[in-house]
Amino acid sequence: HLHTTLRCQSTNSPPPPEGFLPGVANSAFIRGTHHDALRNPELAEFAEIVEGETKKMNTFQAINDAMRIVLAADDTACIFGEDVAFGGVFRCTMGLAEMFGRDRVFNTPLSEQGVAGFGIGMATMGSTAIAEIQFADYIFPAFDQLVNEAAKYRYRSGGEFNVGSLCIRTPCGAVGHGAHYHSQSPEAYFAHTPGLKIVIPRGPIQAKGLLLASIRDPNPVIFMEPKILYRAAVEMVPVGDYELPLGKAEILIPGKDLTVVGWGAQLYVLENAIQLAKKRMPGLSVELIDLRSILPWDVETICNSVNKTGRLLIAHEAPRTQGFAAEIASTVMERCFLRLEAPIQRLTSYDTPFPLIFEKFHVPDMMRCAEGIERVMKF
Amino acid sequence: MYARITARALARAVPSKAVKATPALTTSAKAFSTSMLSMNTAPKKDRVKVNFPGALDSHFSQVLEIREKMEPIDTFRVMDTDGKLLDSSLEPDVTEDFAVKIYKDMLTLNAMDLILYEAQRQGRISFYMTNAGEEAYIGSAAALDPEDEIFGQYREAGTLLYRGFTLDQFMNQCYSNELDLGKGRQMPVHFGSKALHFQTISSPLATQLPQAAGAAYAIKRSGRKNCVMCYFGEGAASEGDFHAALNIASTTSAPVIFFCRNNGFAISTPANEQYKGDGIASRGVGYGMHTIRVDGNDVWAVYKATQEARKIAVELNRPVLIEAMTYRVGHHSTSDDSSAYRSKKEVEDWKRNDNPIVRMRKWLENKGWWDEAKETSHKSQQRTAVLKSFAAAEKRKKPAVSEMFNDVYDKLTPNLIEQKRELEELIKKYPEHYDTSNYAKEK
Repeated sequence: HLHTTLRCQSTNSPPPPEGFLPGVANSAFIRGTHHDALRNPELAEFAEIVEGETKKMNTFQAINDAMRIVLAADDTACIFGEDVAFGGVFRCTMGLAEMFGRDRVFNTPLSEQGVAGFGIGMATMGSTAIAEIQFADYIFPAFDQLVNEAAKYRYRSGGEFNVGSLCIRTPCGAVGHGAHYHSQSPEAYFAHTPGLKIVIPRGPIQAKGLLLASIRDPNPVIFMEPKILYRAAVEMVPVGDYELPLGKAEILIPGKDLTVVGWGAQLYVLENAIQLAKKRMPGLSVELIDLRSILPWDVETICNSVNKTGRLLIAHEAPRTQGFAAEIASTVMERCFLRLEAPIQRLTSYDTPFPLIFEKFHVPDMMRCAEGIERVMKF
Repeated sequence: MYARITARALARAVPSKAVKATPALTTSAKAFSTSMLSMNTAPKKDRVKVNFPGALDSHFSQVLEIREKMEPIDTFRVMDTDGKLLDSSLEPDVTEDFAVKIYKDMLTLNAMDLILYEAQRQGRISFYMTNAGEEAYIGSAAALDPEDEIFGQYREAGTLLYRGFTLDQFMNQCYSNELDLGKGRQMPVHFGSKALHFQTISSPLATQLPQAAGAAYAIKRSGRKNCVMCYFGEGAASEGDFHAALNIASTTSAPVIFFCRNNGFAISTPANEQYKGDGIASRGVGYGMHTIRVDGNDVWAVYKATQEARKIAVELNRPVLIEAMTYRVGHHSTSDDSSAYRSKKEVEDWKRNDNPIVRMRKWLENKGWWDEAKETSHKSQQRTAVLKSFAAAEKRKKPAVSEMFNDVYDKLTPNLIEQKRELEELIKKYPEHYDTSNYAKEK
């Protein structure tokens, strides 16, 4: 069955800050039942989870839950950033200041470079620092601290010091009405920085497990949360403590004719595009992969898949030139050159700043992705 | 402290720009005056307090106050340029060993600087920065607890020396050899030592300031009675990170001392092109912070200021800003020739008229704790030790080439494993071109 993604609301109420993506609720990737959620092979190693309970949570609630688990177990852990104390502009920190105290969950002045630097300082002293940047669009004042300091802290000190206990969380991605400064996906800028890790989850179960892994990973991690999924994605999330692996992609739909790679909210667009393409090309078998970690990225899983299918399509919301699809395409070309049956397709936003009224034309939507699938199959 | 500043400011207010009275404002025509005093001098209790959430302790006034300056902050000094105590009540309460150690470390630093500067000139090391003229900052290290965490900029090697970093360790870093704690990854003078609580230096300026605030916050939460000491120059204080740091240190009540070495130059840029306000100290109060200005060439003033600042930081959990006024006698670095922007005479005058090493020596001599014989003997011992260390460091091998790939992350990632293998093959294939004989053998 076919779903539409971003649908115009014809009511008089304002668009919610985190957008509106009804199609996600019907997605096959959403684990809406207890049984479905626990079927995940990556959870098998956590006995407490397999025997445990699940609870209905959306993405911001799952993220909240992950942070609650960290703060309860790790006395050094603090969450800080703009507006986190009252619960955060996207509710990710709801109730945490009340639960753990204003010395552990606190507001900082309005300064991303200050927040990032402060987090680095806490982390080098061994404390767990969860720093929130209110929108990924505003992460750039912190670029120097993240690229020149956090990323290089262990290396430049010969291992005397490190900021492994630093995790930067930031909402990213298109939201329907965010325009230039509330829609960006800046993963490509940071992917060019050895020493950082970058993770982008696709839903509540993933967000909780990947965030727990990111916070605990002994390297600085930038955890980018697609804001449109905060409310739109709802799953039965295990209430216990579990981690999902960093640096590992996940095959969402196995297939044999074409490899499609995406991350974050784009996966739901791709799911719809694949369904549309299958209607147009009966018998088509597409392998859809969620990259999950942008840095380091799972070259092996992607190349194994392309070696099987011979065709690759990558889709992301960030603009085309120098977007992360370029890195994937280049690497796959190097390793799978003789196996490729068609040029690698990149389906991305156009090379413009993210426009307001033209959003639906700007992003790689279901139709454009379905076209791309057809193009690569018919080469 | 605040009241005192305000009262003096009131007494000697700088004339403000007069604002023309308009016909409509007849009742407040009196308020627009061209007189010296354009501040409202009515007692506060008769005035109405401002209730807006953003107001701290302001009161409404019918006087349009256009304030141009605050009273400049005085510079605290204990000794004159001849090492004589200016006030007997300021006599430092220290033992001979304590005072002599500071002085010896100043001499050692100076000796090491001279030799390593020359080494760069001879092409033996790639880069160096001296501390010439600023050695008195060692007094600030002497006021700290050994477990107070230090975040430096690049001209504070003396604090590391004071804490016990050996000449060998300094030289090994400058020579990027296999004993360098930093494993040869950074330029000379980018020292660091976990054991001595000295965070590794990085080249970007002022980045250490907000980090120092966060580190101090972590220390406060741990319950340890320590503080963070954060050094930087007056040039770095123009960076956004400075403002971000002071603000967040204040709002989070972080026990951090921000120590500004105002040495008059940021490479070639003199202080009067760096800022127009009353130095860096004037900014501290603006961020809600205790502030001290000292004579940065006076070991005991620096020592005393740091002692007091540390008390405020550790006991009150409040940040403190210290501005130490000094003069950069040396060039910015070996890549700089300062005669291009200042006269040699100016430098010579400073060396002669206000020399931190001479001032301290004279003070010690007046106390009977030092003399010419000790000076000669120590200097010659030091020179020998420095040269010996230097020669040994030069001979040591560089770290194994594989160290290039370690510590990017805690473990090698797949891309790094592959790239390392690629390089190994290249080196094996072209051994003369990729000569690794000066590098330690792979384990």
